[in-house]
Amino acid sequence: MTTTSDVGTGAVTAAGTEPVTGGAAAGGTAPAVAEPRTLTYSEAVREAMAQAMTADESVFLFGEDVGTYGGAFGVSGDLVHRFGTERVRDTPISELGIVGAAVGAGLAGMRPIVEIQFSDFTAQAMDQIANQAAKIHFMLGGAATVPMVLRAPGGSGTGAAAQHSQSLEAWFAHVPGLKVVMPSTAADAKGLLLSAIDDPNPVIVLEHKLLYKQSGPVPEDPVRVPLGETAVRRTGADVTIVATGVMVPRALEAAERLATDGVSAAVLDPRTLRPLDDQTIVDSVAATGRALLVQEAPRTGGFMSEIAARIVESPAFGRLQAPVSRLCGLDVPIPYAPQLEQAAVPQVDDIVAKAGELVRRW
Amino acid sequence: MTLTADPGLAKHALTTMWTIRRFEEAVDDMFARGLMHGTMHLSIGQEAVPTGACMALSEGDYITSTHRGHGHCIAKGAKLDAMMAELLAKETGYCRGRGGSMHIADVATGNLGANGIVAGGVPIAAGAGLAVRMRGGSQVVVSFFGDGAVNEGAWHEGVNLAAIWDLPVVFVCENNRYGMSMSVDRAFNVDTLAERARGYGIPGVTVDGNDPQAVHDVVTDAVQRARSGGGPSFVEALTYRWKGHSKSDKNLYRTREEIESWRERDPIAAFESAVTGAAAATAPSVPPALSESDVEECRILARDRVREAIRTASAAPDADAATLTDAVYAPAGAPIAGGTRG
Repeated sequence: MTTTSDVGTGAVTAAGTEPVTGGAAAGGTAPAVAEPRTLTYSEAVREAMAQAMTADESVFLFGEDVGTYGGAFGVSGDLVHRFGTERVRDTPISELGIVGAAVGAGLAGMRPIVEIQFSDFTAQAMDQIANQAAKIHFMLGGAATVPMVLRAPGGSGTGAAAQHSQSLEAWFAHVPGLKVVMPSTAADAKGLLLSAIDDPNPVIVLEHKLLYKQSGPVPEDPVRVPLGETAVRRTGADVTIVATGVMVPRALEAAERLATDGVSAAVLDPRTLRPLDDQTIVDSVAATGRALLVQEAPRTGGFMSEIAARIVESPAFGRLQAPVSRLCGLDVPIPYAPQLEQAAVPQVDDIVAKAGELVRRW
Repeated sequence: MTLTADPGLAKHALTTMWTIRRFEEAVDDMFARGLMHGTMHLSIGQEAVPTGACMALSEGDYITSTHRGHGHCIAKGAKLDAMMAELLAKETGYCRGRGGSMHIADVATGNLGANGIVAGGVPIAAGAGLAVRMRGGSQVVVSFFGDGAVNEGAWHEGVNLAAIWDLPVVFVCENNRYGMSMSVDRAFNVDTLAERARGYGIPGVTVDGNDPQAVHDVVTDAVQRARSGGGPSFVEALTYRWKGHSKSDKNLYRTREEIESWRERDPIAAFESAVTGAAAATAPSVPPALSESDVEECRILARDRVREAIRTASAAPDADAATLTDAVYAPAGAPIAGGTRG
C-alpha cells in the first residue's frame, strides 16, 4: 500500500482521533505511559457534557427523559445525580417548546444543550431550529447570538422503522446559520461536542445510534476537536472514500478488505458538514484520482451530492480518472424488516464492490 | 401606578402612544410613496397595549415581539433613528438591513426581537425566563403575541413550559380580532382567549386593550407575581388594528362600519380625555394630570422625534452587499445578550 503525501494527515494528530488501522501504536515495546483510556461513544458524549457543565455554570442539559431515566439511549446516564435536576432537566414531550426554550435561554446568557430523543423528532421543532436559531444572529445584523447545542441520534439499524431511523443531516446543512456535526468515533464524540458547546452559534450534533456502544481511546482532559477539520482515517493511493457517521467504520472495514485485493483506499471523515473542510477531501481526490462518497441518507439531495460538487468544481477535476461516485441509502423510508432495513442503506460489501469497480474499471 | 394622575407618567404614556402612531403613519406614507421597500404590519389602533405593558417593566427586563412589533420596540425604549434606518434598508439600522420591519431587536433594551413566525417568540420567552431563573436574576420576560398565536403549537408548548417551571414570564396577547382575515369568532370555541390560561394552571385575565391604564394595571400585577417567583400569567388585551394585516390587505373580511366603530374608540384620544379631565362627567375632585398644552407638547414631541428619525436615517449609508455574509455565523467569543455569564 502506498500512501499519499499530500492529504491532510496533520489533522489526525491534531484532532486526537483514533489511530488508523495498523498504525504505529499497534506494535513495538510498551511505552512508559499508560494505555490510552477507552470509553464508549455514549460515555464520551456524557463526559463532554459533564466536563462542560463543571467548567461553566451556564451550560445545562435538558430534554425528554434526560434526568432519572438517563436518556432514551442512556447517554445522560447519571448526570442528574451529579448536577441536579435544574441543570439536567427533564422536559415534557414538547420538541418545539424545548428547542424554542433553548433559543431563548441562549439569547439570555445560557449555553443550553438540548437532547432530542430521535433526530426524526426534530421535524416537530423545525421552526425553532431553521427559522429561529439559525437566523436570529443574521436577522439582527449580528446584534445577538444563539449559543446552543442540539444533540440527536440518527440513523438506521435498530429495527425502529421509518420515523425513528432517518439520517437528516442534509436538512440542517442546507440552512445557513446552523453548524452540523457528525461524530464517528468516541474521541470525536467528546471533542467535537466540547467545541460545539463553546461555539456561539447553534450547532446540531447528529450522533449515531449504532455507534453509542462502540469503544475507542478518549483523552481524559477536555480536549477540543475543532469544527471544520476533515479527518483522514486511512491513507490510500487508488481511491478516496468519503464517509460520514456509521459509514466511516464501514468504509474502514471495506478498505481493509480492499487492501487484501490490492486496492489502496483512503478513508476520509468530514466530521462537520458545516463548516466543511473540503480542501482535505479535494487534496486526497487529486492524489487518488477517484472518489467514492458514502452516506446512509437517501441519495437524492443528500450531503454527498454537495461534496461531489465541491470535488468537480475544484482543480481535482483535472486529476479525476473516474466519475465521482456516490453510494447512498435508497430513496425509500427506512423499513422495519431487518433484511429490508439492511438493503436500504450501504453495507460493507457494497462499499467494497463499488470501490473495487471504480478502481478496476477506470 | 395611576398613569392618568401622575403628570410625568401621563406624559410618558401619551408621548409613547403618539410616537408609535406617528412612526407608523410615517412609514405607511413612505411605503405608499414608494420610498420604502418590502412589507410591514402596522399596529395603529393598538398603541395602548405595548405602552401600558412596557411601563410595568424595569430596566433589564426582556420582551419578545411579533411581526407587528414597532410599538413594542418603541415602548421598550428603542432608538427611532435605528428603527427607521432598518426600514429604509440602511447600514445604521438595528439589523444593518438584514432584518427589516419584522426582525427588529434591541438587545440593549432587553428586546429579544420581533418575529416573522406567529408564536415563534413564545417558547423563546419561556427560555429567556429559564435563563433568568438559572442565573439567579430578577428580570421578567413579557412575551407579546396576537390572537392568531394562541392556536399555534408553539404557544401551547411555550406557555406550558413556563407554567410547569414557574418561570418569570408574562404572556400578553394583543387580541385585535383577526389573524390576518380569520376572525377570533371563527378561530376559537371559547368566549375569551384568557380561558386558555386555566388549561395551563396559570392566571388569565381579559382587559380593555385600548386603555393603557387597564393594561398597565394587570401587567403590573403579573410582573410582580413573576418577579416574586409566582410564575407566569396570561393577559388578553382586547384591541383592534385599524390598518390591514399587511400591505396586501384589501379588508374584504370586515366591514367599514366595524373599522369605524373601533376608530371611535381611539386609545390615544380616550387617554387624552382622561388625563385632561375632559372625560369626567362632573368636575374632577383632583386637578387633571395634564393641560391641553401639555397634551399638545406630547404630540409635538412625538412628531419631532419621528421627523428627526427620518432625517437621520435617510442620510445614513445604504446597507452594503460587500458585507452581506459576515453575520451568518458569530465569531468565537462573540458577546451574548445576557452579558457576562454565570
